[in-house]
Amino acid sequence: MRATVLVRPKPGILDPQGDAVGSSLRQLGFAVDAAHVGRVVDLELEAASPEDARDQVERMCAELLANPLIESFDIELTE
Amino acid sequence: MTGRRARVAVVVFPGSNDDRDAASALAELGAEPTLMWHGERRLPPVDAVVLPGGFSYGDYLRCGAIARFAPAMESVVEFAHRGGLVLGICNGFQILCEAGLLPGALRPNASLAFVCRDAGLVVERTDTPFTSRCTTGQRLTIPVKHGDGCWHPGPDFGPANVVLRYADGQNPNGSIDDVAGVVSVRGNVMGLMPHPEHAVEALIGSTDGALILGSMIDAAHRNALAVAS
Repeated sequence: MRATVLVRPKPGILDPQGDAVGSSLRQLGFAVDAAHVGRVVDLELEAASPEDARDQVERMCAELLANPLIESFDIELTE
Repeated sequence: MTGRRARVAVVVFPGSNDDRDAASALAELGAEPTLMWHGERRLPPVDAVVLPGGFSYGDYLRCGAIARFAPAMESVVEFAHRGGLVLGICNGFQILCEAGLLPGALRPNASLAFVCRDAGLVVERTDTPFTSRCTTGQRLTIPVKHGDGCWHPGPDFGPANVVLRYADGQNPNGSIDDVAGVVSVRGNVMGLMPHPEHAVEALIGSTDGALILGSMIDAAHRNALAVAS
């Protein structure tokens, strides 16, 4: 099973990387109102079922991959 | 001081780089430091623990996120839960936040630049084991050097957690409410971004760091005497 975890800074949390990227895009002439920079973690894991895989990845996010104080996460499962 | 010297473990993670400076400063101030490798599970018999500055595990994922799971951290967390004194400096502060021993989290500096300079600080509390040698409102000068020092409070944070703030106009990283150092509710765990171990000798500019480390050594020594008696 493969899973992709998208970790994002939570709304309201200072995101200087996102601000810098947004500012650069505007300088290039793109009409960008806001940019936020997060992190992608691609995983290959052993799981009995998609539910089992999701459960495992949610625990990985809670324990290590995201800090719930400052980050939110989304999980996408693929075969 | 009477009796034996206060024993302080300095935990060495892969990527720590202020461990020896911390040990040197602690020895200079009369303590007996012991370097403890992160792979050791058992804490030696000590009166306090210092988590030093540096870039543990390359700062991968988030600063301190991986160091938090080092074998040594199990016994450090247990030591803290028993009321043991734990001081986290810079990367050590980040590790303590990730481990849930201190409130909040540290994010990249608002400027995105690594800052390395002296910072003016104001002491907010003197009733902690880490600031007993200070006076309330006292101004300290202690250097900072970090890229991820922008502290955000968590839901479990209260104003009583703040021990040190950056002086007006001196906030080097965008930290919320100018917070430079926080203490746990119980008072036995403290984290700060400035480096007191780099400010214990007049030759290099300031001895204000000795007030923080010296306070901790005083408390560690009192604990040692209490256990011995």
